[in-house]
Amino acid sequence: MSDEALAVVEGIVKRFDPQAPPAIDHLSLQIEPGQVTGLVGPDGAGKTTLMRLLAALLTPSEGRITICGHDTTGDLAPVRESLSYMPQRFGLYEDLTVQENLDLYADLRGVVGLERRNAYQRLLAFTALGPFTDRLAGQLSGGMKQKLGLACALIRTPRLLLLDEPSVGVDPISRRELWQMVYELVDQGIGVVWSTAYLDEAERCATVVLLSEGRALYQGPPKELTARVEGRTYLIENLGSQRRKALTLALRQKDVVDGVVQGSSVRLVMANQETRPNLAELGVAGATLTQAAPRFEDAFVDLLGGAPKGESALAKFCQQRLASQETVIEASNLTKRFGSFTAADQISFRIGRGEIFGLLGPNGAGKSTTFKMMCGLLRPTSGTAKVAGYNLYKAGGAARRQLGYMAQKFSLYGDLSVRQNLRFFSGVYGLAGAAQEDAMRRMIETFKLHAFLDQNAGGIPLGFKQRLALACALMHDPAVLFLDEPTSGVDPITRREFWSHINAVVEHGVTVMVTTHFLDEAEYCDRIGLVYQGHMIAEGSPDALKGSVQTTDRPEPTLEDAFIELVEAYDRRRIAS
Amino acid sequence: MSAQESPTRAWFRRVAGLVRKERLQIRRDASSYLIAGVMPLLLLFIYGYGVTLDLRRIPLALVIERSTPESATLLTSFRNSPYFDVVLTHHRANVEDRLIAGTVKGVVVLAADFSDRTERGEAAPIQVIVDGSDPNTAGLVFNYVQGVWANWLDQISIERRGTIAPRRTISAVVIEPRYWFNPDVRSQNFLIPGSVAIIMTLIGTLLTALVVAREWERGTIEALMATPMGRAEFLLGKLIPYYVLGMTAMAISVVTAVQVFHVPFRGSIPALLIVSSTFLIAMLSLGLLISTLTRNQFAASQVALLTAFLPAFELSGFIFEIDAMPLPIRTLTYFLPARYFVSSLQTLFLAGDVWSVLGPATLALAIIASVFLTLLVRSTRMRLE
Repeated sequence: MSDEALAVVEGIVKRFDPQAPPAIDHLSLQIEPGQVTGLVGPDGAGKTTLMRLLAALLTPSEGRITICGHDTTGDLAPVRESLSYMPQRFGLYEDLTVQENLDLYADLRGVVGLERRNAYQRLLAFTALGPFTDRLAGQLSGGMKQKLGLACALIRTPRLLLLDEPSVGVDPISRRELWQMVYELVDQGIGVVWSTAYLDEAERCATVVLLSEGRALYQGPPKELTARVEGRTYLIENLGSQRRKALTLALRQKDVVDGVVQGSSVRLVMANQETRPNLAELGVAGATLTQAAPRFEDAFVDLLGGAPKGESALAKFCQQRLASQETVIEASNLTKRFGSFTAADQISFRIGRGEIFGLLGPNGAGKSTTFKMMCGLLRPTSGTAKVAGYNLYKAGGAARRQLGYMAQKFSLYGDLSVRQNLRFFSGVYGLAGAAQEDAMRRMIETFKLHAFLDQNAGGIPLGFKQRLALACALMHDPAVLFLDEPTSGVDPITRREFWSHINAVVEHGVTVMVTTHFLDEAEYCDRIGLVYQGHMIAEGSPDALKGSVQTTDRPEPTLEDAFIELVEAYDRRRIAS
Repeated sequence: MSAQESPTRAWFRRVAGLVRKERLQIRRDASSYLIAGVMPLLLLFIYGYGVTLDLRRIPLALVIERSTPESATLLTSFRNSPYFDVVLTHHRANVEDRLIAGTVKGVVVLAADFSDRTERGEAAPIQVIVDGSDPNTAGLVFNYVQGVWANWLDQISIERRGTIAPRRTISAVVIEPRYWFNPDVRSQNFLIPGSVAIIMTLIGTLLTALVVAREWERGTIEALMATPMGRAEFLLGKLIPYYVLGMTAMAISVVTAVQVFHVPFRGSIPALLIVSSTFLIAMLSLGLLISTLTRNQFAASQVALLTAFLPAFELSGFIFEIDAMPLPIRTLTYFLPARYFVSSLQTLFLAGDVWSVLGPATLALAIIASVFLTLLVRSTRMRLE
């Protein structure tokens, strides 16, 4: 029995709208027990639709899905007995406690008596939620919520476990813990489907299904896909401040498929194994070029046709601010207390003109609090925040005209058209008349919004929503740009395009402050501040942070390694003292 | 596989688990206290104290052109009446402006020859002038004046047996009112049972209209649906806790009506339970149906107000007499559960267990409830589409 596939998908098509292209287009696959099947792909590729089809929450328009031998269009009971599903959005009751949520799901799944007591014991130990059973689920951190979701899904051990983007909005430490939990389940013979937009996670799966526009572009072990870019990946090291320029130049060349900033280096994927990057053409003739180990993301971008070419049209429009050593953002001893809880404690940092500063930290560490104080959304209990020379709490209006803000969630008006959103936000920032028309035209051109101008912003594709949000934040040509998890849940292609715009404005002297959970994104930063338990526990360039945790066992630590090690070291120090 | 319970026990366990979950959510949600606890009391107090269809202490001018013993006793009669606040004057011209300004609602004129005409037994020896711009008030003032006049005549004739002619030949119209079921003619006695029905309509639909939509909005329904929970368990998990909540609000309202507002309750508790339960189930099903179809709390609350609360308020006979409505509207009221509940409650409070009224009303409510329930079960799906 255990050798048979848990789920068999045969030629399914799923249409929501007869006019539109199908969300799932002739897809066939099998989910095997005892391993993690990764479901990866750009936004809108059909990952969530496929998950819901597997969970029998949707029925296929064509084709057949069998879960443990039961057709999903037939009797639901045996299908629901054999699988557990964790939706992308937190699906539990925020107004119930951890224990009450567990009780509900134990009742629904008929787990009683001794089995129930054992399950609670096992799951609370497994998720480390034991001390928090009386806490309302709504008051848990992002990572703890996901663990509770997992615990509820595992209350009766299923044969097939479906996890839809379980790591979105979860900090690297919780993410690593979630993976450890899932590996334990796999060892018990459970089949796990894990969908994700984080491609580093794909490498942790036994097999991946790469979805694009509802079709599987690739099915198989991730290593086989990575093999296609073998010998084509390079690292140009120690570029320092030249790296953004070098990347822009590299992406203009036709034999460069993909390129990203990685600390002070630039990572390139070449079109074939024969050509090497031409350092002279990139204006960095003296830099060191080394061959890098290929990654899944390189292969993914290669398979999808490479990174977006050309440079951001923003470069043409931006007012050039003089690069100088001047401090644009300054936080001194920022402290925020909520009642007896200190969310941010004496946080200080300075950000110079044309710098990208990343604020990192586990969920609930005080990162968002600090961020909100910096953009004037939250008043500090003590300490000051200065932006472009203005004290945010004395000259609020003048300071705010200098800053652009892009929120984590889509915060534009979904019921207004793209054009109306642009008009509204430019108006709010004080643009009127010809200046307003001009700004709107620039943004429409830069972000290629022509096709959607008269559509409601709520209904346009996610990638375009992202562009529109950035457009609205940039229209008044701010000196400072605040980005709150700007590319959370966004696929690598859209993310590259997004960063090409950011790099363009930074080259023109705009200062950027960004929060992120996505450590590849943090590599774009000039400097990173790591916030934990309300303190700034480390600050420095990505390479400096990586260097600080380098050991003989770990000669080339990733930024994620650095993040986890620094947080754990802080914990150890605190326990010791 | 681990030990399994019997399917029936597992079914009951699922229902119990869902009911417990809902109960906890109700307990932690301030708005459910407001809707189920505070609002009934608020509405009862508004209808009990604030709104009355009776008029008391109407400003009335009494013009006595020549004082006589008779006019003095009549003045006392008016002054003693709880309906009037009397302003005394001796010239008609003094009060005409006040009538126009609306500071008095009526004028009673006792002409100089009032006593003589009364002695002679002539018809209508007094003149009543009312403000016709408010026909309701005008009618009431006129009726109340007539009542005081008739009483006064009775008094006079008793005092001076035979000296004046029997009053039947005197007064133009003789009214001998006898109000059944509400002998005090207190409009509260009539309004409060009706407002209990309105309260139950609100609680039944407004509370439940939010709950399924909330599960959709918060995404919690997706995780629920992926469990072995079936349609029946899901719906019972919603109906049972809100039934209990609704009946609790009902009990609070009835006790308040009887204890605080002294509305008589002449029916029996079992009859009240049967009628209210049938009505509540109809309303809960309607609320859940709205919630299931809209999947959006804001839209659901709007639809609930429009389809349940407003019709119940306007068309149930609570305030506006159904018999006075035009035929198409009157026909429409037959489809309104509140119509049957208002009349049932008024009967139970003021008359008793009159099954010729309660029976057909309960039957109509049961039919409406089963229609809503059927629609609800049909529209509830255990998939996302």
